[in-house]
Amino acid sequence: MATVEKDSVSGQNTTGHEWDGIKELNTPLPKWWVYVFWATVIWAIGYWVMMPAWPTLNGYTAGYLGYSSRGTLDAELVAQKKGRSAWLSKIEASDVAAIEKDKDLLRYAMAGGKIAFNENCAACHGVGGVGAYGFPTLADDEWLWGGTLADIEQTIKYGVRNANANSRQSEMPKFGADGLLKPEQISAVSDYVLSLASKAPAKGSAGETVYAENCAACHADDGAGMAAVGAPALNNQIWLYKGTKDAIVAQVTKPKHGAMPAWSERLDASTVKMLAVYVHNLGGGK
Amino acid sequence: MANPKIDPTLKKPAAGDGDGPLYAETVMIHPRSVKGTFRTWKWVALGVLLAVYHLAPFIRWDRGPDAPSQAILADMTGRRGYFFFLEIWPQEVYYITGLLFIAAIALFFMSAMAGRVWCGFFCFQTVYTDLFMLVERLVVGDRAKRMALDRAPWSADKLVKKAIINLVWLVIGASCGIGFTLFFGDAPTMLRDIFAGNEDTGVYGTIAVVGGCCFLLAGYAREQVCLYMCPYSRFQSAMFDEHSLIITYEEWRGEPRKPARKGEGFENRGHCIDCKMCVTACPTGIDIRDGIQMACIGCALCIDACNTMMDKYKLPRGLITWDSTANLAAREKGEKGSFRLIRPRSILYVVIMAAVGGLMVFGLSSRKTFELNVLHERAPLFVQLSDGSIRNGYTLKVLNMVREDRTFILEVAGIEGATINVVGGETKAASAQLKVAADAVGTYNMFVTAPVAKLQGKRTPLYFTLRETGTGTTNRLESLFAAPER
Repeated sequence: MATVEKDSVSGQNTTGHEWDGIKELNTPLPKWWVYVFWATVIWAIGYWVMMPAWPTLNGYTAGYLGYSSRGTLDAELVAQKKGRSAWLSKIEASDVAAIEKDKDLLRYAMAGGKIAFNENCAACHGVGGVGAYGFPTLADDEWLWGGTLADIEQTIKYGVRNANANSRQSEMPKFGADGLLKPEQISAVSDYVLSLASKAPAKGSAGETVYAENCAACHADDGAGMAAVGAPALNNQIWLYKGTKDAIVAQVTKPKHGAMPAWSERLDASTVKMLAVYVHNLGGGK
Repeated sequence: MANPKIDPTLKKPAAGDGDGPLYAETVMIHPRSVKGTFRTWKWVALGVLLAVYHLAPFIRWDRGPDAPSQAILADMTGRRGYFFFLEIWPQEVYYITGLLFIAAIALFFMSAMAGRVWCGFFCFQTVYTDLFMLVERLVVGDRAKRMALDRAPWSADKLVKKAIINLVWLVIGASCGIGFTLFFGDAPTMLRDIFAGNEDTGVYGTIAVVGGCCFLLAGYAREQVCLYMCPYSRFQSAMFDEHSLIITYEEWRGEPRKPARKGEGFENRGHCIDCKMCVTACPTGIDIRDGIQMACIGCALCIDACNTMMDKYKLPRGLITWDSTANLAAREKGEKGSFRLIRPRSILYVVIMAAVGGLMVFGLSSRKTFELNVLHERAPLFVQLSDGSIRNGYTLKVLNMVREDRTFILEVAGIEGATINVVGGETKAASAQLKVAADAVGTYNMFVTAPVAKLQGKRTPLYFTLRETGTGTTNRLESLFAAPER
């Protein structure tokens, strides 16, 4: 049976346990610790009343303060929208050209446009409009559908080759797959296109004749292209589907066509405007 | 649940027996008030330091209409530091490093020359503790009365006295906190707003933290701060040498100590009458007659206390005095001591202080009034244009560090035929004009286009030069121009 006794050295009671002659002093918890413990217990009861705490069968106790993190987020979003509204209403009221002329509006549109671009456009066009195979680079100075501010806004709004009524539409014939040109003709015209690209057109070659009869209507005699129908320039170093002969033969035989959504169906007008201004200022805008 | 009481007979275990408790309870020290030269100097230092601390934020300095007119100001929201004619931008905070360095060396220098005069006379812990003790003395009385009050059971009288003391301490603590915050805003308006309750929670929080620390540290922790919190006492011995003037008990003259008796002379005995005035006057509660020790903060109050007694007994002053250990040893042998002020240590400290000070003066006088930062755009790293040339994007930050609008000319060098094009500015050209508002940072997105033939592979060094049109001073920065591998 355990006997509690007083330790003569420290004056404290022992716990009454003994192991091989070793006794343990009964050292109670520090007073401050116990007070803090009871304070937290009281705090917890208050917390149950004030804050969401207990699960019920089909919900939870909402608490007197009615706090929810969702509600906090909503309030923050409303406050943020309010903070931006002065700028956004200004952008909504101005056309894109006016935005670009106003230094403060331009700065705001560049910042807002960058975020919208990274969220919506960068997946295909790359961060900063760097582009990828099949997805045009937006930072260079060649534009399939025109590089003026108005052209860019139009393209973003209605997109390319989609179901929207105002979408930009065009299609290059499948010269090889549909048998419009013979393989040797395609080879010859590809050689001629390469000569156009290196700024030394092969005058009098077989390819020149094929080009003049089949391609020049859209891509122009000198290969400068035509923005109205989305026909790319062929007389420069920029290629959407690579600039090797094999790639050009493949493109003439059975062309690939890119498509882009009509962003006015997904984004509001001011975001589209900021995007247009941002893309126009990526470096290649005309 | 009550804390176990420790047996009082066990409080002082024999050294090394290892059985007693390791914990010694703190005894509140109530030093006796003394009068004397050093006590007077301590009051002067206290007054001057508190006056400087509380009045400095109110000094005005005209910087023009759009700038704050406070001479010493750390403007956190505007991200500027003001010191009279100086205006420091955030990236120039390293000047403070120089100041701190000089302060540290000055502290070492002081210690090497005259011991812990900083601790004893100028440290804010000492200043506020002195002030708090003065409050106690005015409310309760001197040492004996204060000790008696502490021992006395709680009564209405004790409660009232303790309440008054704590209240006055709180007021002093609050003034300390308020004084601190005034360096971070326009002092007069801030002071008004603080009392009107119109200030930020942050300001009140700062006052509570700084003031609360002042209240606790100077009111209750006192010498514990010097003994356990401040690292300085622990390494003071590294600062001292045998020629440093420290507070010493002239043992050769004082021993053997013996209480003075009427009618007995001072022949064949030491001059120390063992009155313990030096011990009771000590704010850290030590006996200086045991020699220099960690807890001695060099306040010299024991000197004043001892001199008072020496005068009373018509003995020469200076039984406890500022002296060096070298002198002490010399006097013990009957030789005359001498003071050596010029020593390798003191020379080294002065040289270091002069060098750092000179470096700071040079740095401040040759400081540029504008700065250029260039950030190379990484997405995309480069863009190939239709004519085959390569274009890189950069973000430019121009810091206009004076209070007037200025125009800068930007040029690039290092690549032949490179042209620049600032977004929202003119079209491609060899140089660009950048207008930056007064005291602001101008941010520009810009492009540099270079013919591919002039590039040196994947990266070519590119130099940006920014010229101020008014004075013609330039700032040059190296960046790089990225291109595809060829």
